[in-house]
Amino acid sequence: MTGWVVGIDVGSLTTDAVIMDEDKRILSYSIVDTGDNSTDAAREAMALAAKRADVALQDSTLIVATGYGRAAVPNAGKRVTEIACHAAGAVHLFPDTEMVIDIGGQDSKVIKVGKGGRVLDFVMNDKCAAGTGRFLEVMSSKLKIPLDRMGDLSLSAQGEASISSVCTVFAESEVVSLVAKNCPKEEIVKGIHRSVVNRVWAMTRQMKVSGGVTMTGGVAKNNGIVALMEERVCKKINVPDEPQIVGALGAALLALREKG
Amino acid sequence: MSIASEIRYRFMKDLGAPLILGLAGSKGKRKRAKSRDASLGPPLKCSNRLKEIMTRHYFLARYAEGARPVAWVTSGAPVELLRAFDFYTIYPENHGALCGAQKLGPELCSIAEEHGYHQDLCSYARIDLGVCLSGKTPVGRLPKPDLLFASNNICQTVMYWYRVLAHQWKIPLIVFDTPFNFDSLDQSAINYMVRQFEEMIPSLERISGKTFREKKFEDALRLGKASAMAWGEVLATMKAVPSPMTIFDAFVHLAPIVSLRGLPVTLEYYNVLLSELRERVSIGIGAIVNERKRLMWDNIAIWYKVRDFSRLFAERGMNFVAATYTNAWAETISYMDERNPMESLAKAYSLVILNNNLDHRLRLMERLIKEYQVDGLVIHSARSCKPYSVGQYDLKRLLMERLGIPSVIIEADITDFRAYSEEQTKTRLEAFFEALEGGV
Repeated sequence: MTGWVVGIDVGSLTTDAVIMDEDKRILSYSIVDTGDNSTDAAREAMALAAKRADVALQDSTLIVATGYGRAAVPNAGKRVTEIACHAAGAVHLFPDTEMVIDIGGQDSKVIKVGKGGRVLDFVMNDKCAAGTGRFLEVMSSKLKIPLDRMGDLSLSAQGEASISSVCTVFAESEVVSLVAKNCPKEEIVKGIHRSVVNRVWAMTRQMKVSGGVTMTGGVAKNNGIVALMEERVCKKINVPDEPQIVGALGAALLALREKG
Repeated sequence: MSIASEIRYRFMKDLGAPLILGLAGSKGKRKRAKSRDASLGPPLKCSNRLKEIMTRHYFLARYAEGARPVAWVTSGAPVELLRAFDFYTIYPENHGALCGAQKLGPELCSIAEEHGYHQDLCSYARIDLGVCLSGKTPVGRLPKPDLLFASNNICQTVMYWYRVLAHQWKIPLIVFDTPFNFDSLDQSAINYMVRQFEEMIPSLERISGKTFREKKFEDALRLGKASAMAWGEVLATMKAVPSPMTIFDAFVHLAPIVSLRGLPVTLEYYNVLLSELRERVSIGIGAIVNERKRLMWDNIAIWYKVRDFSRLFAERGMNFVAATYTNAWAETISYMDERNPMESLAKAYSLVILNNNLDHRLRLMERLIKEYQVDGLVIHSARSCKPYSVGQYDLKRLLMERLGIPSVIIEADITDFRAYSEEQTKTRLEAFFEALEGGV
């Protein structure tokens, strides 16, 4: 096989690679923990994806890197911001996309997208973990509920605990006191989700869009958050099967575009 | 004022300062020759003169105590009135910017924080309190003031900050209270402000030991106005393509109009700068080598990043040609009119950008974008300056809707780089560059 490309997204928590052929078909993908060495994580993610696609990495025609660790990716032919990549990836999967909500491990962003996945405008959270995956991680470990169970659990809640603080550290102590008051866990989790959604919702309000809304990033796997966000934007939100790899997917698409 | 202090001051002014500055200048020239970036155009010849003026100002300040009445003044206070009494003026905000540029912000802020001042307080205020508490300053020594002169036309923080200074030193504080301009400035507000000036005069006479002379006040007004207009013309040269200077230069060349307003040296300096810039325009010399995109800046400079940003943007062929911040000293001071001194002074100082409504700011930004052919906007959300940072998200959205201008908000602080994240800023700026270049 010839002409395939690699898109790689080195994020704060995970590093994701996508291998794509010239017809924009995903041949394989991988998700590995970034750990303490971005270069090693990038190598590992690309090697794993190559193995799954049964190709030799050195035969790739172009590697496009994105994410916070994009500078650390060896052999990258181009480096692009994750904002451009999430926009390209989301529009490829859901052509009606006009707004992308990407909630990642370390930051969250809302991107307004134009024709062909072009970024028209974007906003990002400020220097604070509230409204990010990290917030959920902290709460998940505090409550001893695995991250991937939080969504379903919150959907079963009858009521909802109120988490008023926007600060991760203070919210954590609120959770501790809710646990001490025997508040049902599912209600606490729903309150935690509400806190994340409110934070991100404040950013979405700055972008007036009428078309489709797509959620990307690891947090989109949490159906509880998606449900609350849908309530907020008053429409069904597109969620990819594997939201975590949308950045890498966008990088691969931009690699194909770069090749012409 | 003592005779010994007077003699020492005059000696330093006429002989000491020129000698010491002459020596420092020749050292500086040798050092500067090396570090010029390839993407930047030739440096402004005027810069040496500017450095000389500001160094001399802070140098002489050390000897002003006892020889001249000394006042510490907020950047938006009507200093022209003080000029009539020969006050030697120190601008803590300008001094704060200087500390910020020398990356001393966190060190000086922490001194204030150790004394209980919160990290959320404006970092100019924290630096100044840190300086007062420790005596540390890169300019050697700041003269202890006889008077504090503040106006709330830039923020409310200055009220509390200057009250602390007044309390600590047990010296008088004169406040010029400017009603916020929600819609338009009415006569009752003007009367209220003029009345304040009238009340200030006897106090200023008492503190300075000098009698108020109208002629001297009018001269200061005339000079202040002429300097502000010259500064406006300096900025207007940046309408040229390519622009003969960048906003990063303007941030630095702003110092005289802020700190030495109403003095002859300021007008003289801007006339020299103006002729250099006009010459550059006439022969097509740009501040950066390859000006492909023209940008506008909103809010106060990020002082510790001025040099890095100047390089970062120049490398990409992007030149900042306008800023709401630098424009602030050209916009309303020119309303001053010596034929109607008090009323015009009230207007000039109460209609400044930070004492004016958001609609005014939107119209101003629209005008600057059109006049300076701006392609994109970088908005600094400054942790220190709440009055300047509030409303920026709305402005961003409205400018996008009305003019299709792409923009980016970067969160930072004017001097305290503990509130600045290099990686996060880099990601935002790179995404902005991608958008400006029409996508990836």
